[in-house]
Amino acid sequence: MQKTIKILMFGWEFPPFNSGGLGTACYGLTRGLSRNNAEIVFVLPRASGVKNENYMKILNTAALDIDNGSIKFKTIDSILTPYLSSESYINERYNNTKIEVDEKLMYGEDLFSEVMRYSQEAKIIASKEEYDVIHCHDWLTFPAGIEAKKIAKMRGINTPLIAHVHATEFDRTAGNPNQAVYNVERHGMHKADAVIAVSNYTKNMVMNHYGIDGKKIHVIHNSIDYMPSYSSEEFKIKKHHKIVLFVGRMTIQKGPDHFLWIAKKIAEKDDNIRFVMVGSGDMFPFIVEEAANLGIGDKVFFADFMPQKDVERAYRMADVYVMPSLSEPFGITALESMKNGTPVIVSKQSGVSEIIKNCIIVDFWDINRIADNIINVLYDSDTRNKLVGGSMEEIKKFSWNEPARKCIQLYNSLILNKKPLPA
Amino acid sequence: MVSVCFYFQVHQPHRLRKYHVFEIGNGGNYFDEEKNEAICRKVSEKCYLPANNLIYDLIHETDGRFKVCYSITGAVLEQFEKYYPKVTESFIDLVDTGLVELLDETYYHSLAFLYSEKEFMEQIELHRKQMKEIFNYKPRVFRNTELIYNNRVAQLAEKMGYDGVLAEGADRVLGWRSPNFVYRPTATEEIKLMLKNYRLSDDIAFRFSERSWEGWPLTADKFASWVSAVNGNGNVVNLFMDYETFGEHQWEDTGIFQFLKHLPRKILDGGNDFKTPSEVLSSYKPMAELDIHHIVSWADVERDLSAWMGNRMQQTAMEQLYGMEQEIKETGDYQLIEDWRKLQTGDHLYYMCTKWFNDGDVHKYFNAYDRPHDAFIAFMNVLADLKIRLRES
Repeated sequence: MQKTIKILMFGWEFPPFNSGGLGTACYGLTRGLSRNNAEIVFVLPRASGVKNENYMKILNTAALDIDNGSIKFKTIDSILTPYLSSESYINERYNNTKIEVDEKLMYGEDLFSEVMRYSQEAKIIASKEEYDVIHCHDWLTFPAGIEAKKIAKMRGINTPLIAHVHATEFDRTAGNPNQAVYNVERHGMHKADAVIAVSNYTKNMVMNHYGIDGKKIHVIHNSIDYMPSYSSEEFKIKKHHKIVLFVGRMTIQKGPDHFLWIAKKIAEKDDNIRFVMVGSGDMFPFIVEEAANLGIGDKVFFADFMPQKDVERAYRMADVYVMPSLSEPFGITALESMKNGTPVIVSKQSGVSEIIKNCIIVDFWDINRIADNIINVLYDSDTRNKLVGGSMEEIKKFSWNEPARKCIQLYNSLILNKKPLPA
Repeated sequence: MVSVCFYFQVHQPHRLRKYHVFEIGNGGNYFDEEKNEAICRKVSEKCYLPANNLIYDLIHETDGRFKVCYSITGAVLEQFEKYYPKVTESFIDLVDTGLVELLDETYYHSLAFLYSEKEFMEQIELHRKQMKEIFNYKPRVFRNTELIYNNRVAQLAEKMGYDGVLAEGADRVLGWRSPNFVYRPTATEEIKLMLKNYRLSDDIAFRFSERSWEGWPLTADKFASWVSAVNGNGNVVNLFMDYETFGEHQWEDTGIFQFLKHLPRKILDGGNDFKTPSEVLSSYKPMAELDIHHIVSWADVERDLSAWMGNRMQQTAMEQLYGMEQEIKETGDYQLIEDWRKLQTGDHLYYMCTKWFNDGDVHKYFNAYDRPHDAFIAFMNVLADLKIRLRES
């Protein structure tokens, strides 16, 4: 029997308290790891608004789904959320009336002092835990991981630190990175003993923009745990309209504006197609107004942010899912759509396009071509049947066990090869 | 002597539910009954009932020298009937004193005038009928939603037999002229125009509790002296405002009811009097012709249509809504037509307004949604459902 590996994991969000794919990925990965003989202490920020006991109760209920009860949650009170910018942090810190004043005083004055405060709190947690590896998800947690490694060092152990890159500042900002965020990312990746990239696309990004040696980067693609979805729910709108779906935060990275331009192209050719956009974000007001500006305000419907079970309904309601991201490190939503029997058109600038065959791959900027492809998928039954049949078959092989096993392999090799600390 | 003419607007919209995209095609149930009932009860208790009681008493205390005028929308009367019939009875009691005048307007408090004169006149007819049925009353004076006005409104109102029409006394249409006279709209024969004195009206409606305002605290004495100052420079001071000013926009603890309680006596003591619009029109001849070609309204500092039509979301909603008129009416489906008409209520568009400057506070206060975009989304989802019902009928 393989020895149990103890992982100290730093994340930002975990379902149901997630607003994006990072939480979904962490959930899947921890589930896969626990099935592979790992014990996880998962540290994450607990935002105000949910009482601690309720928060833990809900997390632990979610964890019941994870085998063996081998995940424990530790929370740090903080208003950090995954998709925060310096500006939105300030807004949250100073203007959110739901947060008590004395509680506000506890939080850092700006995003970076909060990240540093968070890492100091993480240090206290680390000092009370035993762990074989430290696994951090994305930049906010990198300083915390570095602190945890220092704690281990004080115990005389060179515990491996892994920086798992789900997205870089270049992806999030469509190539206009915030220098301070970039610095934290870069420092974390360099300090780490290994970097996990969620795709080759991201690996290249990490090599090219962060100067990390390719040998240190391990590509482990995200996955989903396939389960056939049975639902007899009927959507009456389907009697009259074909539906094209967008799912994602409304930020520049996800290309919601491109989606509208595609919708406009299609609306010029076909009056009967409707567009549903799921998600919210800083571009939300702009996107809603832009739909009206483009004269397609009656054809684009906005569903705002929805819980996962409703997102699954949206996939089933749709006839085709389009992911026009400008830069998508992975793109788990494409797999979710396939699972629900809805064919996908994905951006070439994405990680998921490296591992799925039964999809249409396009350049996000090629509006005309995407529009033609959508119409083809909607009306050409050969294309459609091939795509739907193929993707339903292909998706069955997906499981989080695969990435989890790769992580375990990586942990083991790092533990075996770790250098002794200098005397 | 100056006459004071009070007109109060009484209105509540049928607010929409957050109609979800998954519900499009399910047909109907667009309105948030729970919220509408809660707001109707709250405003009735804070404003309509206490204000009605006070005005009833004041009419008697002054032996009928105090008098007022109301415009009550079909939309709010429907809600009184459903949620709080006592309020309708209270208005009936007031009308029965014979000293309270009622105005006509579009039944659904709509902006139909801007899109369809046919629909506009049909909704006025509906309101006329309702005034007859509930109050046994035949209004002689017309006011359009939000005092939206140009010459054409007066021409149509004349065609429909009204003696007078109300509008905003906006600076840009008056120029050097005063709102304190009666005017004759361009290209009309008999109908007369009454203009809101927005300074004095807004002193009560908006500034009453504004502590940074130099006029604060506003007492009945002070206000009566301002009215008296109009002597020699006008016949009538038209104080037009939302009825919810009393107890809702200005809460009871601001002293607004005390102000109203003492005002009639102070005005009368100053040698001035109160008149209803019909009395004003029969007492004073038009001072001059007033040519208002471009539309004015009583909203915001702009006093134009930008609160309802200022952005593309609002325009999209309106274009889509009125684009359905003919087809909707051809179905003859009563329920479908009624739902379509309830969507015409101007408030739905007001909620979509994105100008947040001088009037941002007012807009926010009246907004049923956190963001104007949510109002647009809810509206368009309902409209999409309505379109599917239309297709299927």
